[in-house]
Amino acid sequence: MNRPHRGAAGSRGLGTMEVKSKFGAEFRRFSLERSKPGKFEEFYGLLQHVHKIPNVDVLVGYTDIHGDLLPINNDDNYHKAVSTANPLLRIFIQRKEDADYSAFGTDTITRKKNVLSNVLRPDNHKKKPHIVISMPQDFRPVSSIIDVDILPETHRRVRLYKYGTDKPLGFYIRDGSSVRVTPHGLEKVPGIFISRLVPGGLAQSTGLLAVNDEVLEVNGIEVSGKSLDQVTDMMIANSRNLIITVRPANQRNNVVRNSRTSGSSGQSTESSLPSSTPNILANFLQGEEESDEEDIIIEDSGEPQQIPKAAPASESLESLTQIELLHESTQNGFLPSREMNLNHSAGSISMECEVQDADHKPLEEDGTIITL
Amino acid sequence: MRRFLRPGHDPVRERLKRDLFQFNKTVEHGFPHQPSALGYSPFLRLMAIGTRSGAIKLYGAPGVEFMGLHEENNTVMQIHFIPDRCQLVTLLDDNSLHLWSLKQHSGASELREEHRFTLKGPPGSPPSATQITAVLPHSSREVLYLGTESGNIFVVELPSFKALEDRTITSEAVLQWVPEDYCNRRSCELVEALREHPKNPVQILIGYSRGLIVLWDLQNSKVTHQFLGVQQLENLYWQRDGSKFISCHYDGSYTLWPVTSDNRQPEPLENLVPYGPFPCKAISKIYWQTTKNGLPYIIFQGGMPRASYGDRHSISVVHGSQQTAFDFTSRVIDFFIIFSSEPAAEFDDPSAMVVLAEEELVVIDLKTAGWPAVHPPYLASLHCSAITCSHHVSNIPLKLWERIIGAGSKQNINYSSMPWPIDGGTNIAPDPPQRDLLLTGHEDGTVRFWDASGVCLHLLYKLSTVRVFLTDADPNDNMNTQGEDEWPPLRKVGTFDPYSDDPRLGIQKIYLCKYSGYLAVAGTAGQILVMELNDEDAEHVVDHAEADLLQDQEGYRWKGHEKLKTRDGPVRFEAGFQPFVLVQCQPPAVVTSLALHSEWKLVAFGTSHGFGLFDHQQKRLVFVKCTLHPSDQLALEGPLSRVKSLKKSLRQSFRRIRRSRVSSRKRRGGGGHASEVQEANAKFDQDTLQEMELAPVQRKIEARSAEDSFTGFVRTLYFADTFLRDSSRHCPSLWAGTNGGTVYAFCLRVPPAERRMDEPVRAEQAKEIQLMHRAPVVGILVLDGRSTPLPEPLEVAHDLSKSPDMQGSHQLLVVSEEQFKVFTLPKVSSKLKLKLTALEGCRVRKVTVANFGSCRTDDYSENDLAVLTNLGDIQIISLPFLKLQIRYPCIRKEDVSGIASCVFTKYGQGFYLISPSEFERFSLSTKWLVEPRCIVDMPEVTSNNHVYNKPGMENAARKSSSSDYGEDERKSGQLMEHALLNDEKVLKEIQSTLEGGR
Repeated sequence: MNRPHRGAAGSRGLGTMEVKSKFGAEFRRFSLERSKPGKFEEFYGLLQHVHKIPNVDVLVGYTDIHGDLLPINNDDNYHKAVSTANPLLRIFIQRKEDADYSAFGTDTITRKKNVLSNVLRPDNHKKKPHIVISMPQDFRPVSSIIDVDILPETHRRVRLYKYGTDKPLGFYIRDGSSVRVTPHGLEKVPGIFISRLVPGGLAQSTGLLAVNDEVLEVNGIEVSGKSLDQVTDMMIANSRNLIITVRPANQRNNVVRNSRTSGSSGQSTESSLPSSTPNILANFLQGEEESDEEDIIIEDSGEPQQIPKAAPASESLESLTQIELLHESTQNGFLPSREMNLNHSAGSISMECEVQDADHKPLEEDGTIITL
Repeated sequence: MRRFLRPGHDPVRERLKRDLFQFNKTVEHGFPHQPSALGYSPFLRLMAIGTRSGAIKLYGAPGVEFMGLHEENNTVMQIHFIPDRCQLVTLLDDNSLHLWSLKQHSGASELREEHRFTLKGPPGSPPSATQITAVLPHSSREVLYLGTESGNIFVVELPSFKALEDRTITSEAVLQWVPEDYCNRRSCELVEALREHPKNPVQILIGYSRGLIVLWDLQNSKVTHQFLGVQQLENLYWQRDGSKFISCHYDGSYTLWPVTSDNRQPEPLENLVPYGPFPCKAISKIYWQTTKNGLPYIIFQGGMPRASYGDRHSISVVHGSQQTAFDFTSRVIDFFIIFSSEPAAEFDDPSAMVVLAEEELVVIDLKTAGWPAVHPPYLASLHCSAITCSHHVSNIPLKLWERIIGAGSKQNINYSSMPWPIDGGTNIAPDPPQRDLLLTGHEDGTVRFWDASGVCLHLLYKLSTVRVFLTDADPNDNMNTQGEDEWPPLRKVGTFDPYSDDPRLGIQKIYLCKYSGYLAVAGTAGQILVMELNDEDAEHVVDHAEADLLQDQEGYRWKGHEKLKTRDGPVRFEAGFQPFVLVQCQPPAVVTSLALHSEWKLVAFGTSHGFGLFDHQQKRLVFVKCTLHPSDQLALEGPLSRVKSLKKSLRQSFRRIRRSRVSSRKRRGGGGHASEVQEANAKFDQDTLQEMELAPVQRKIEARSAEDSFTGFVRTLYFADTFLRDSSRHCPSLWAGTNGGTVYAFCLRVPPAERRMDEPVRAEQAKEIQLMHRAPVVGILVLDGRSTPLPEPLEVAHDLSKSPDMQGSHQLLVVSEEQFKVFTLPKVSSKLKLKLTALEGCRVRKVTVANFGSCRTDDYSENDLAVLTNLGDIQIISLPFLKLQIRYPCIRKEDVSGIASCVFTKYGQGFYLISPSEFERFSLSTKWLVEPRCIVDMPEVTSNNHVYNKPGMENAARKSSSSDYGEDERKSGQLMEHALLNDEKVLKEIQSTLEGGR
């Protein structure tokens, strides 16, 4: 873009690296020590400083050598960006509230105009890229196959994660009967089956459940002997973290396990971004126990006090709004581990997100808080 | 979480659990659903009622109750007590006979089925040949005579039910004694009635349906008298001395026949159609009772003029010039007369008439002028207007109890003062431990106060809220303006009145403070009445206040019913609970929750739109809070819109099907094309029908969202004095829970007593908790520092409860349909939970704190939660650790109304409706158990010798197919006489009978 500079940068060799950062219509240029880029947090602070936007939550992106706009939000991808920048590191900054995630992704070079127009006018959604790369903190499991190491091969334990999204769980169950082998020979026993998948629903989009799969357990509790209504109630009560064990109607797709020793989680998202794995696992564990526990407490007494930020990250999408509204500090949706420990050490089974507001009226009326 | 479900099998705790909890269904209160048969034993002075579901219930003196159930669950058609025995025979509609006995077992009598029997005819005979129509237990107690549809009378031995074929009285054998010209005109047809001669047990009167009546001599197997009736026969009744009998007929007439030794084929003495001359309905049963003054009582059922009064359910009593046709609001099943049991009495001297109608029991005092009704101590018709809610208050202070009884006694002045005439058996149950009140709210706007302390659920007082409102019905309508010249002389009796003037009057919530006597009731049209107990009549103005629950909301329109119009000016109220303030919710939706705090003088109420708090001391609305979710439109459509729309859609779909059929029929014959269309239509119909049948029942699995309807519906309200804002100062608070899983907490400032009238009560929202699982909140409770639930208002002031521990930290228990959660206070954070639905797939329907005492030691008791789930199970869950203690199946899960009607008491008992008219009482406690325990002894002596010594002259006892209780009565009198003889032989026989039965 700017040839003289590029040349200059190139002449400077490996020592420093020029950075061109764009926020809105404004550009800022500065340089970084290529060998010691520092931490992402520092870089983030630096960007806020040079753009004089100290209290604005932003998303940071850069164009890689292929011209793709990729996000920078942790040390790893920050270091990657620095190491691959040649010669200039071009940074694009968006306000978080009007961030357009669709701008990120591959092939953005071919649609550079779109990228720019998207960045500049984020409400322009006419043309979406084929593949959307989320911000890593938004990576979240939607479904998983779990416990494959302990279950018989004919069974499948599926976990569905219901976030605050509009996407329905989207399946129906019915009564039916299945044939079991018993000491007295074959016996017909009543069972519960999946009868229908709602198109576009969570269940269908995971591909892990199918019509006529027999439901054997709901969150570890056997359904045999329970009525359709009981099983319905159990599933709905667990709907925010539903683990169902099924015997798939189609037994041909079963995984044949040989020498695989582990595989307790089937997250396909992990491999691409190893850096985020610990966090995701943490979310995971937490979600295991707490996913339906974050009752919201609104109190209007006393002065504001430090609130335990216990919004579980497995709920990151829905907690985003909440957190943004209430806690400026938890912009990433990740939990500082110290606070998580606090919660656990208190022996509390649940985590409450407490909201303090001296003036309760707006809160009462604010649908977003109450209906999170 | 699951660890709470697996009790660590602590043996000490397990033993304690056995000492604390025990599930029993103890007694059924109220009136049996669908009664079908009635029996009475003057000897035992017990009454038996059979039902269409095969239950048989025996009642004697108050507290004496027995119940049995036929395995077949078939309708009980007839009940006959065996003379002089603690035994009875029932006939079911499957033509089976069952012998039941009352036997003593560990100190109390029990009702048990002994034998069953089905009459078998000769091979190849039609089933009607053995279809039993009349049953006569003979006074010898050895045989039963069974009249059948074929006209034959079979004889079976008792108690073995062995058929004695050689003693069968065939219709042919009878007919050979009847003049041929009469026989040609009519065959015998079925046996309508069998009656033993009151003085001569070897003679029985046989009535055939076509009108022929014969007196049959059992010894010589011949007809001694023939009575050639010309009208279709309904029933027969002997006069006490056996010189005459009376027959009643299908055309509404009755006939008096003489029985003399000189005329073997007498003409009737008298034939009368009491409500003629126009065609009348049948008289199905008749009594002729003699009195000292010579004027008999003639009592008969039916016989009303067909055209104008054919729809009435009446029983007429004629005594000289007095005549009353008692007019019942439901069908009369059967009735009997209680008359003199004086052994030597020459006359019947009837004292009372007991009528079993389909929906109530009515007893008429025939001794007192005017024939007033007797107030029954049991078998109360709970459903005289449909029950809409119930509320139980345990341990009523004596003062309040007496005042309620006082108010009730002023309402009962029209009842007879006669002691209850059915007084057999002895109640040996211990006195009820405390005074308990069960309050039922009804559709007609009344609240009934029942004495629920013991086995007999007894009406103490009835409160009507109707007077406050203007209804379409003129109250003067109810006054029976019956002139004396009116004919027939109908008189309405009974209390069963299924018709409500206005369904908006229906009572939905009741809250009684037993210490202050304040009562709050709330109804279907958003009305809340606060009342005070006044021992005198009073006339005063009821203050009105309106609570607009939609205050800040724009654009909503209520599509439901309007509020009730109120009466202007002062209203006269009778002694009892008198309303002094009316709070009207706007929109006038049904009140869904109610709480009263008598100490703070506050009443809180909630509907599907929000909740409010009213200061009934200053008569001022403190605040309202709208809980409506913006997307919740359904809440505004009114209470029935959903049902209506369902009905409508069903109706439409039926209409569509019908229309397509009609149109196809119309086209018929219109040429080849039309028939094709028709075929196609028919096929389509069939396909749709098949589809409807084949579509499997499926359930959608979807997370609950904030947009679900009725999230704002206020399910529970609770007052507590607790630490709401900080841990150093406690303050009054109001808690509300909604259908959408939200809990609101308001901090209240109630001025001290001396300034209570001067300063306003203030409220400020302090907390709001949104349960993430969003299930409806059905209960809120605060536990004090010792984890004991906070006492009721005024409980401490009356020294009836320890004052709560305000030192330790309080805890908040929120019960939703799916979970139990304990939170800390004042900073709300979750501490413990029990996820019931996630674990068991059941939901909480009812929950109460109950106190359980140990049956071993008097000094141990604990508080637990008693929970009823949607599966009809009862679970006991410990406090404060939320551990499941025990589970009992109680109600069938299909019985939705039973589950909805369940109410727990504070001491581990409960009630639920098993039919619209009956409460089942159950107990979860080993200590507090109210169940019938009674003994029925054989009255002193029987006089077999009588029967054998003077067979022709004196009869021991007789019991006839449907009604002749009178004879039994006298017989038992004779028994008394002979008891005085102290006949050893007789005593031995009794003893052997008793032992033989064991």
